[in-house]
Amino acid sequence: MEKETQDFSAENCPGEFSGEHNLVGVAGMNSEPSVKIEVLFFAKAREITGLPDISLQVPPSSSAGDCLKILLTKFPRLEEICNSIVFALNEEYAPDSIILKNGDELAIIPPISGG
Amino acid sequence: MDCKIVGNGSADIIHEIEKLKLDKKEIENRISKLEAQLKADEAVQMKANQACSSYDSILDGHAVSSNGLTPGMIYRYSRHLLLPDFGVEGQINLAKSSILVVGAGGLGSPVVLYLASCGIGCIGIVDSDIVELNNLHRQIIHPEAYVGHAKVKSAAAACRAINSSINLVEHNQALQASNALDIVSKYDIVVDATDNLPSRYMISDCCVVMNKPLISGAALGLEGQLTVYHHKGGPCYRCLFPTPPPTAACQRCSDSGVLGVVPGVIGCLQALEAIKVASGIGETLSGRMLIFDALSSRIRIVKLRGRSLQCFACGDHADFTQQSFQSFDYEGFTQSPMSDKARPKLSLISDSARITSREYKDLIDRQEPHILVDVRPAHHFKITAIPESINIPLSALEDQISLVDSYLKEVAKDSGKSASLYVVCRRGNDSQRAVDFLSKNGFPLAKDIIGGLESWAQDVDPSFPIY
Repeated sequence: MEKETQDFSAENCPGEFSGEHNLVGVAGMNSEPSVKIEVLFFAKAREITGLPDISLQVPPSSSAGDCLKILLTKFPRLEEICNSIVFALNEEYAPDSIILKNGDELAIIPPISGG
Repeated sequence: MDCKIVGNGSADIIHEIEKLKLDKKEIENRISKLEAQLKADEAVQMKANQACSSYDSILDGHAVSSNGLTPGMIYRYSRHLLLPDFGVEGQINLAKSSILVVGAGGLGSPVVLYLASCGIGCIGIVDSDIVELNNLHRQIIHPEAYVGHAKVKSAAAACRAINSSINLVEHNQALQASNALDIVSKYDIVVDATDNLPSRYMISDCCVVMNKPLISGAALGLEGQLTVYHHKGGPCYRCLFPTPPPTAACQRCSDSGVLGVVPGVIGCLQALEAIKVASGIGETLSGRMLIFDALSSRIRIVKLRGRSLQCFACGDHADFTQQSFQSFDYEGFTQSPMSDKARPKLSLISDSARITSREYKDLIDRQEPHILVDVRPAHHFKITAIPESINIPLSALEDQISLVDSYLKEVAKDSGKSASLYVVCRRGNDSQRAVDFLSKNGFPLAKDIIGGLESWAQDVDPSFPIY
């Protein structure tokens, strides 16, 4: 089931972040392949991006915080919630500084308050 | 003559005496009725003020088996008792526990119903709202007959109908920093079933200073979240969200909508967590968050951070006392109101750029050439709209501003006069934003309708649907 989502998302954003990747790749270590991760959006983050999830290529040694910066360039309105979210990496709490690995799943969880 | 006068006079007097006696009787009746009402109110108040000592009053003189349960309890809760992991001990723990449910709405409905049916010894319900017809699609505890009545009365009546053997306490008031310590102190466990951000911070902080476990659920749109806070060394709400999101980021069901069953699902899971904490069985969601995605039928459970040592409320060096709790301004901190009714009224543009809905009706009657742009989202426009209005959602106004010009020209051409531009939205905030934008982008004479469609329905057309 998870695979399907990832494939679908990959189609959704073909090469969306290739420019970003190449830019950083030139400055960084060209030999290392970029890291491909899956980002899950919940609640307000989903409303802002209009997507439940997205596949994202990030430069090697990127942190969760770096990933958020990349997302902010693509979805500037995420700015309004970026100080009030919980990051979960592979379904576990993660600080901004955690380094992302190939195949990681990063969830962006803003609080909801309705009832 | 004299005699006759006296005779007539005494008849009048007798009549007057009879009348006064009747009046007296009626007054005395009214006095005793009022006295009885006062006594009843005092009893309710006293009950609300008492610590919720549940177990003894449940037993209430009934014969108790050696295991601590009455024959009635054994029969009623037999399916619980048959669970090897729950059993007699679990049931007695429920009977001995007291739970405060804050909010008798979409989340609170299933929470309260399940807690009442499962035999929690004492349930307190806090809410100051009244039941409205547009609550009933999700707030399943309330029947139509209670529309217009207090939610706590309705909820308590439903619980009594299910289980007359438990104690129910009605707190027909809003939970606020000023009264929360007093109310929360009477209960063992707190369930947050509220619908707004300031209440969530306030309830979490209150549970920290009173050292109570908090079962916190939330639902909006097609998503839900559920966590147990401040339980067995776990984090509190502030550990996770030290900074409140800006107002716009945390919306309400009355703005964003909610699929009725979504808070129902989360509320049921809240009841389950409350029962686990009360009975002491299993592993709770402390330190974990359950995220429910109704659209894709996915439930994820995310491991949360531990308690934050730097937390403002529960951190190692936190200086957060009961006193500082009571004086903390939660609405200011979150920049949003606790009550749905106290909506902030935007005042962005000058009065000269605004007209009332009645004034707009007058200009329709005068057949003044104009266009009315409705800046609500397209799915709102489909619900209801003023005839002849044109839908250009606020978010699309910048891109579609040329449309405004072409519509104006069309009307001007047909009427032979220049056409004026009016803007409307649901309540009169977005229409101001639109007029502000339009006036800076080539339409200096644009005006909005004060109070939006709500005022149109209230002041001009009572048959216009409100939502």
